[in-house]
Amino acid sequence: MIAHLPVLQVIVPLMAAPICLILKRAQLAWLFSLLVSSLTLLISILLLQQVMTSGVVSYELGGWQAPWGIEYRIDKLNAFLLLIISAISTIVLFAAQTSIEKEIDKNKHTLFYVLYLLSLTGMLGIVATGDAFNVFVFLEIASLSTYALIAMGEDRRALWASYQYLVMGTIGATFILIGVGLMYQMTGTLNMQDLSQRLPEVAQTRTVFTAFAFVIVGVCLKLALFPLHHWLPNAYAYAPSIVTAFFAATATKVAMYLLIRLTFSVFGLSFSFTTIPLQTLFMALGLFGIFVASTSAIYQNNIKHLFAYSSIAQIGYMIVGFSISTVTGLTATLLHVFNHALMKCAIFLALAAVVYRLGDVQLNNFHGLGRQMPLTMAAIVVGGLSLIGMPLTVGFVSKWYLLTALLEQGWWPVAVLILFAAILAVIYVWRIIEVAYFKEPLVNQAAVKEAPMLFLVPIWALTIANIYFGIDTRLSVQVAQAAAQSLFGVTP
Amino acid sequence: MLIGLFNNWIVVMLMMIGLYIVIAHGNLIKKIVGLTLFQTSVFIFYISMAKVVGGTAPILADDIIQYSNPLPHALILTAIVVAIATTALALSLVIRIKAAYGSIEEEEIQRQDNQIQADKKERKQA
Repeated sequence: MIAHLPVLQVIVPLMAAPICLILKRAQLAWLFSLLVSSLTLLISILLLQQVMTSGVVSYELGGWQAPWGIEYRIDKLNAFLLLIISAISTIVLFAAQTSIEKEIDKNKHTLFYVLYLLSLTGMLGIVATGDAFNVFVFLEIASLSTYALIAMGEDRRALWASYQYLVMGTIGATFILIGVGLMYQMTGTLNMQDLSQRLPEVAQTRTVFTAFAFVIVGVCLKLALFPLHHWLPNAYAYAPSIVTAFFAATATKVAMYLLIRLTFSVFGLSFSFTTIPLQTLFMALGLFGIFVASTSAIYQNNIKHLFAYSSIAQIGYMIVGFSISTVTGLTATLLHVFNHALMKCAIFLALAAVVYRLGDVQLNNFHGLGRQMPLTMAAIVVGGLSLIGMPLTVGFVSKWYLLTALLEQGWWPVAVLILFAAILAVIYVWRIIEVAYFKEPLVNQAAVKEAPMLFLVPIWALTIANIYFGIDTRLSVQVAQAAAQSLFGVTP
Repeated sequence: MLIGLFNNWIVVMLMMIGLYIVIAHGNLIKKIVGLTLFQTSVFIFYISMAKVVGGTAPILADDIIQYSNPLPHALILTAIVVAIATTALALSLVIRIKAAYGSIEEEEIQRQDNQIQADKKERKQA
């Protein structure tokens, strides 16, 4: 059993998805999905333990040897990501049944779980696999189910958002496919490990440059890196709330993983950052992203839009950490991947609870909500403080590492800009706090009560984790640092 | 040089035509046509890559010594399936968009969305 963990991680939710269809009853499908998701969480914990103690786990699919067959290769980096994805998925599923009751037609509930498990499969697959073409296949499994999930939103704009995401997503995925094809043409292999050994020999050819450009642009489309982010705000805002909570915490993280994997492991550090001026480019795009998206967030009246723009800004922080291309910088990025998943998932789950009670997340409906739904709003406030980077929250930890990495390199102007950007975050978080705590409740909302327990438990589990990992950083920092060091080939 | 890369020229031309249609056309169905064209160009790219000069189909038989690389064929079969799924999903989305908005023109859909926001603002001011 233990030997098959890498493949079980992906196969279990894949097999479970059609079983949901047979179960038919939504309640049953929910419990079953919850069970399956917990199982993937368990597997990912076991995998992380195994990787941390005994190093890389390699699994040959169907017993075919590595460069020819498909290899699942779990190192510290993807074990960490697998843990984040499966944990978030499990936590989100707790609230799923209650949330979709109000937002999705009754006859589509079972289908919702099918799609949910499929997209979970896709994301876990992208992270687990060590084969470049397999990445494309899983990417499409994840994306296609995502498009369908987004289209389930109540508002008709969900359809339009889903269509736009489909067009952008397909272009992105096809770009990755072209890049993989060009790499295969030059090296004759699809295995990432093998590619990393063979690419340096042909690194100076135009074909490899083109391949690099195609895959990076493709991944950045999926990542919603500024200026390729236009699909994201509407997709997040009009998808069913529970779907947003899941994707905001996982989808862009998977793309971030892919970017790190491709640049560091496949193409190699010296090619990505020396031959190609990726550093300057990403640093600039990251900073632009932070400022443009944070400023846009300030002007949003739909709170889901607001936090969607904030997500784009947070991707900017990850990219800045990534572009420093030192161990500390990458540690900061990986920490932020973990921390941002915690805070955004808590915030969007809390918003799902607000939708459950109010049916809407327009800012002017938030009047006095701090008194009517104190626990839910408190979670949003903690999440917001974490986005700003207040001490004692996880947001502070990743900002701290990011600033350390920048100062190590002597890039203090960038560090100043990053600190300044926190002020923008203060402004958009304050807008919500002001309305929710310092305004009288609206007359027609006098009967609004606190969210049901099935919401509060996952929201507060995440919020407590948010504070816990802000104080006791041993686990997250240790894993992130180990993963970053292994990518740089430094033995700890 | 030019003729030797004939397939690549076709691939690039199809790719650019496809992308152009996706960007320039406002009709949602036409966009899907463009997207499909764009994906198809990549299929041709993979298949041309697999060709070995003088090689035949990769069949295990005594008199076949030189054959085309079968791996890209296998890969692209998967990619074709993915593309079909994407097209089917996109078309079904268009059907639902038509039902919800009464139009499949990008401009019209965006106009209707903006209309709602403008109405809301007016009501607020009133």
